[in-house]
Order: sequence, then structure tokens, then C-alpha cells
Amino acid sequence: MRYVDEYRDKEIAQKILRQIKSISKKKINLMEVCGTHTVAIFRNGIRKILPTNINLISGPGCPVCVTPISYIDEIIALSREEDFIITTFGDMMKVPGSTSTLEKEKTDGTDIRIVYSTLDALKIAQDNSSKEIVFMGVGFETTSPTIASAILKAQKEKIKNFSVLSVAKIMPPAMKALLEGKEVNIDGFICPGHVSVIIGSKPYTFITTQHKIPCVICGFEPLDILQSIYMLVKQIEDGRAEVEIQYERAVKPEGNKIALDKINEVFKVADSDWRGIGNISLSGLEIKDKYEQFNARKFEVEIEETREPRGCRCGEVLRGAITPPECSLFRKICSPENPQGACMVSSEGTCAAYYKYN
Amino acid sequence: MCLAIPGKVRKIFDDHTAEIEIGGIVKSASLDLIPQVVVGDYVLLHAGFAIEVIDQEKALEIFRAWEGKVD
Repeated sequence: MRYVDEYRDKEIAQKILRQIKSISKKKINLMEVCGTHTVAIFRNGIRKILPTNINLISGPGCPVCVTPISYIDEIIALSREEDFIITTFGDMMKVPGSTSTLEKEKTDGTDIRIVYSTLDALKIAQDNSSKEIVFMGVGFETTSPTIASAILKAQKEKIKNFSVLSVAKIMPPAMKALLEGKEVNIDGFICPGHVSVIIGSKPYTFITTQHKIPCVICGFEPLDILQSIYMLVKQIEDGRAEVEIQYERAVKPEGNKIALDKINEVFKVADSDWRGIGNISLSGLEIKDKYEQFNARKFEVEIEETREPRGCRCGEVLRGAITPPECSLFRKICSPENPQGACMVSSEGTCAAYYKYN
Repeated sequence: MCLAIPGKVRKIFDDHTAEIEIGGIVKSASLDLIPQVVVGDYVLLHAGFAIEVIDQEKALEIFRAWEGKVD
């Protein structure tokens, strides 16, 4: 496949690796904050081939994992209402709420449908005009323009039975919270490639100017990841802290202006709860009042009291404070077949990646 | 969840959608977020939307940087 296979060239990978080894002197922690990176790093065995002084840490980069339990409870409550159809990306089905999951609710007869795109949810709304169709608005900046686009289309085409329950999130404020929390020592960030396709490179500037920590926006193939690590090591060894773009074939410094305009048209920035991290100032996207007819929070439902799974240490895993094997549930009672926390549910969760590849 | 896959634009329709070929499979996608696309472009496809055009020149830079390099 073009733009995939050529970035898996073994000879070049070995060349980059040799360069990393030759310039890397300091003991460093590099954090990736994208679940797709976490999976790519594990799948390609990158942790195992790096010199031992370079430690890769997974951060809060999986939208499924950082979604609070109370949100799952909220959507489950909506799914139990009469004449409601819940539409969602497949990743959310197994995420445990306080006492149930969407998968269990579906088995019990509620109408929950997996969609590939927000536009599929809109189509379901058009085909079921007597029902309320709610889309689970989970995701980072890569996904939020597709949610905004669906809302704008619903308005244009006067689709009145479509709404979104938004917990869309913004990544840079979470990186700020991790740095200010000082729980983990981070020497460089492997910045999310597809989030950056939308937002560009400027939103990371505070990390390099205020915190003096290098950032490299990284692609998803092995050569991309190795080159990004090389670029980060080079910055660290040179004593520089800049935002560099390795994934230049897809990311422009200014991002995708049309996508950003759509986000800004439909959403306003608000404080948001992140599982494991807590409430982070200005880190979420809420639907603006002018689009309130498409905001599923207009429906009043009773939501059960939140109950966290006992012993689950997903929060510390999401902050990079512990690795999954340090959690006493890992591989014992928590597995992809019987997940206790969200980090084991999502294929991009750190616990699931450790389980599958380590 | 932020997975996006490169594919080639095969056809563009009047309703801002396109047929995109990804490794031999043809998928339909919205061009709402990158209306400037032309047939033959490679784009990144995420959740039914093309989110960016791949810059074919910049895509080669990694090979220019490393292929000739002797360690």
C-alpha cells in the first residue's frame, strides 16, 4: 500500500536506529500521547530495539480510555428511553459503566448501533424519523470535525431527530496537566500525528517555551516513529526544545483550517473530566447554544451513581505513573475478554497493548 | 481511535463525496473537510472523512535524508 509499505523499510530502520544509538547519551523518558502510536510502537517492537537509556511511556492518548464512567452511565440511561437509538463507534461497546455496558444493554434489547462514520448516524436518523438518534461524541481533534460536520449537515437538511452527547476532548491541555502534575518525568513528547493534521503545530508551543521540553509530531509507520525518536534525542542532546514536524507529508504548521472552522462553529471550549486525570481546564468541546437542538443533553434522564471498579489502576496507567503489570488486576481478573477498566477494553488502550504484545 | 489510512481518490461526486481506493478496496468518503481534493490525490481517511491530502514531495524527504547516509 502506497504511503504505508515504504515506511516499513528494514534497512533504513536499522540506519536510523544506529544513529539513535550513536548520539543518545542521556537517560530519557519519551511519552507518546496517542493510542494509535501506542499500538504501532508495540506492534513493531520498537520498545525492545531502542537502547536501554531511552524509555517510552504511554500517556492519555486513547479517547475510549479517558472517557469518564459517568458518561457511559449517561448514554446507557438514554439508551433505555423509549424510541431512542444510540449510535456509536464500535470501541465504546465494551467500556464498563458503573453497573453495565452498551454491549449488555444491546443484548437486553435496547437499540444500539455501531457506525463507521457520523454520517452513518445521520442516515439512521433520516431513515427513522419517529425516533431520537443520539451519537456518542467521543474523540480528540481528529474526530471532532467529523462530529461538527454531521451537526452542520443535520441543520442544513433540517434533520430534527439527530443529536450528539459530546465528550470530545482537546489534547494539548492534557499534556499541560501531566507536566504540571510532575508525577512523571517527561523529557520529550511524541506528539499525535492525526490530531496535528487538524490542529497543526502551534498548540504545542507552550510545551517548548514554558516547559523547555522538545516535541516532535510523528507519523504512524516504523520509520516515522524511529525518525521522530531520533529527532527528539537530537534536540535533547543539543539542549534545544522546539516543535518539529516529522509527519510532514500530512501535517502543516497551520493544520486544516476548514476542519478547525467547523469545530469552532459548532463547539465551545469547556472544562472536561478525564478519567484518571480529573477535571482539566478548557480541555473539552461542548456544543454551542446556537446548536442546542443537536445537543443530547437537552434530554433529561436519571443517571445512576458512579461506581469505580475496585482495584483498577487505569488512572495511574493513563498518567504514565505505572505500567499495566504493576496493577494487581492485570492478567489475573482483567483481560480483553473480561476488562475491568477502559485501558483494557480499547484496542488502543495501554493495558490491552501490554496484554497482547508483551 | 485517531487511526487514518492513506488512499487514492478515484472519483469525486457532486455531493462532496468521493470514491477512495485503499489497498484494493474502494470506500466512500466525505470531502467536507478538504474540498480542494482532485482525482488522483492521495488522502488520509478517518471515520468516513478525508482529513488531509498527502504531500507527495514531502513524503519522499525521509528517504532523501537516510538513503544516501553512511553511518
